[in-house]
Amino acid sequence: MRALLLAVLVMLVLACVSLLVGVTHMPVWAMLSGYDDGHAARILAISRIPRTLALVLAGASMAIAGLIMQMMIRNRFAEPTTSGTVEAASLGLLVVTIMAPELPVMGKMLAAAAFALAGTLLFVQLLRLVPLRDPLMVPLLGIMLGGVIHAVATFIAYRFDLLQSLLAWTMGDFSGVLRGRYELLWVGGLLAAVAWIAADRFTVAGLGRDFTTNLGLNYKRVLALGLVIVSMVTSAVIVTVGMIPFLGLIVPNVVSLTVGDNMRRAVPWVAVLGAIFVLSCDILGRIIRAPYEIPLGTVVGVVGSAMFLWLVLRKRSHAA
Amino acid sequence: MIHANEVTKRYGDAVVVDCLSVTIPKGGITSIIGPNGAGKSTLLSMLARLLKMDGGSVTVGGLDVTATASDVIARRLAILRQDNHLSARLTVRDLVTFGRFPYSRGRPTLEDKAHVERALAYLDLGALADRYLDELSGGQRQRAFVAMVLCQDTDYVLLDEPLNNLDMKHAQSMMKTLRRATRDFGKTVVLVLHDINFASWYSDFVVAMKGGRLAAAGTVDEVIREDMLREIYGMDIHVHEVAGRRIALYYE
Amino acid sequence: MLPDRNARPRAVLLLLAALAVGAGVAFMTLGAKGNWDFVLKFRGLKLAGLVLVAWAIALSTVLFQTVTNNRILTPALMGFDALYILIQTTLVALLGTAAVAMLDHNSVFALNVVAMALFSGLLFRWLFAGEERSLHLLVLAGIIFGVFFKSLSSLMQRLLDPNEFMVLQDSFFASFNRIDATLLGVSAAIIAAVSAFVIPMLPRLDVLALGRPMAISLGLNYRREVSLVLVAVALLVSASTALVGPVTFFGLLVASLAHAMVGNARHAVLIPAAVLLSVIFLVGGQTILERVFGFDTALSVIIEFVGGIAFIILIVRGAVR
Repeated sequence: MRALLLAVLVMLVLACVSLLVGVTHMPVWAMLSGYDDGHAARILAISRIPRTLALVLAGASMAIAGLIMQMMIRNRFAEPTTSGTVEAASLGLLVVTIMAPELPVMGKMLAAAAFALAGTLLFVQLLRLVPLRDPLMVPLLGIMLGGVIHAVATFIAYRFDLLQSLLAWTMGDFSGVLRGRYELLWVGGLLAAVAWIAADRFTVAGLGRDFTTNLGLNYKRVLALGLVIVSMVTSAVIVTVGMIPFLGLIVPNVVSLTVGDNMRRAVPWVAVLGAIFVLSCDILGRIIRAPYEIPLGTVVGVVGSAMFLWLVLRKRSHAA
Repeated sequence: MIHANEVTKRYGDAVVVDCLSVTIPKGGITSIIGPNGAGKSTLLSMLARLLKMDGGSVTVGGLDVTATASDVIARRLAILRQDNHLSARLTVRDLVTFGRFPYSRGRPTLEDKAHVERALAYLDLGALADRYLDELSGGQRQRAFVAMVLCQDTDYVLLDEPLNNLDMKHAQSMMKTLRRATRDFGKTVVLVLHDINFASWYSDFVVAMKGGRLAAAGTVDEVIREDMLREIYGMDIHVHEVAGRRIALYYE
Repeated sequence: MLPDRNARPRAVLLLLAALAVGAGVAFMTLGAKGNWDFVLKFRGLKLAGLVLVAWAIALSTVLFQTVTNNRILTPALMGFDALYILIQTTLVALLGTAAVAMLDHNSVFALNVVAMALFSGLLFRWLFAGEERSLHLLVLAGIIFGVFFKSLSSLMQRLLDPNEFMVLQDSFFASFNRIDATLLGVSAAIIAAVSAFVIPMLPRLDVLALGRPMAISLGLNYRREVSLVLVAVALLVSASTALVGPVTFFGLLVASLAHAMVGNARHAVLIPAAVLLSVIFLVGGQTILERVFGFDTALSVIIEFVGGIAFIILIVRGAVR
């Protein structure tokens, strides 16, 4: 418990750093020195605070989505980018952008979530067809399914000249986050809270259908709840800031190595570490080439894939 | 003669074969027995240069297996491992013809083809020669691989659990074929076996391993003894004489 | 060998050769208007590029599948082409944009190729020549290596030049429409040299396809052969990536089809079949898309789509063991 408090403290420190770092210099310094004409305060309110909140919300909720996915699919390497969920969500977003461009952002997100859910269910069905002897087969199939869906999306985007948007959805970037343009992420935060409340059910479902039924729970209903949460969180993040690759994979795995797999204990850890990870990557992206910004997706792509490789190659006995 | 001198294999901290020395005599069938994890297959792989040793040396008919050119060894020693999954789709004759590769480097001569036909006939595969391997039963496929190894025409033939997945009838006929090959061509056959009664019945020489070390080596009469087997397997095993051979009973 | 067993592959090869020539002729002539001299020269260069790319991808995939003894791994899936792009970026980062601009195109390319052969040789020898690893582990690791190389090179390109984002984004998509014509000569030389090197190796490739234990038992110097083949693969991938960019699934498609069509694993038949199939698909596909439908950059997307589905089917049918 004390360790968790320490982690929360680290997260808060990082959040403060995130408030201070940026193209416009240190608004707080300016405010404190009384030299400010309200400009710095405005930047803080319009850009820095929303950005920091968005980072925390997106990081925490994506990490939790990954955790739920791993419980539902019963595989350590499952997460929204290794199960076709992300690609299906961006396909949905593309379709709704073409068919109903005037739809409010909330509607677009729901449409994307519907596609994401369908894509994930397709993935679950596909897994049933495969004799699963090797747990590594699961992410392999998911990545391939994602590739196929992405090819469809690319083709459509190419025909409708929307490749730029598609690229933005697949590449997380927080530099455009402003007040009024990130609030959808609160939906993700809310769902993460739901996940915490239902944590015990997910833990049980993670032990298998027979085990769940034996304890008197409706396996299908738990599975459906889990997948809906994952789809909604994924879509909310994609619509507002774009995909953060491998986040949902790395954070839960690291947590599982340290505190084990009981979800009630794991959820707060996953949420806090997810936020810490995204905050640090974003801050890094802002200072490494200042005054320019490196998008979060690029930074996480490097750090995340390196960590994923470490997880996979580390020991031959890792079989999840 | 195969001579292993202080052979060692480690995986990290785990020592799988521990400074083991043994001499396998020329001619006849030698079986390597021992409990799971004793290092039998690892030893066999090192004898055949498939696995790098962490220490020690192996000579086969006087040639150091790691220092001699691989294609020279390939005309002296052949090895067949346990699971031979091929991604290539081959007919039985294609596969057996590969046994001549060490001699003709992939361009079989008439003489090579005669060798192939003889090996096919020896294992009674004539009728199946043009069938694809994936159309055959497990026993037939195993025979095809053994035909390839015999076609390699080496003095030494090493087989890792050749009876795995074979029923009683096929296991018996496999062992008879191997014994026949040692008599007809003077080959030396070295096998890893799990069933000590097959080892007892067909072997001329038995090597027993335990925990990566040599537990015993000698004739059947010297190794298949109650005190020895208790030492090797850590359980009570009764040895009976049946028709002049030693049979071990360990079911109760 | 019985006569009927050689007749089928020969008939298949003849048929494929005829189709490939047909595709080439269609590409050169269909919908051509105006000055024939210009059309032939313009399209001839493009055709040469397509054929070279098709050749390099097919040959590299078959070679790679043979030394790794499986049917689903391809150099592209293992991140070879992403590695090429990373090396290219690193080179620019080390030498500086100005220096690279001063060097001529071909020597930069040569430098890239040498570095590529070196690094991929080291990396993949580490992955493959050591203890036996599960195939799924290798594929997954390869795919993530691909993502890692890609992210690393976009990070480096961002650092080098934060403004020109779209330029680098382009280099991650294959484009059969913008073949880098200045590199045609060099690539052709590389591909020809590798092919000449492979011909005397054909019987040994047949043995390598039996897997490591049997190849060693039959007297091959396994490590040496595998290293040689991996270097050859690295050279071929460099050539094709430099010409059109990364193409993930095409090799997998072509190699699987070639295996299915010739039905036997002799490389003397398999490799020509794969190369011809590759030419037919690439040239024919480009002809149809460009001349008939008027799409110009869609071919690579369609290849990804079909190839991804083929991959999933291969897994579901249990072809992967």
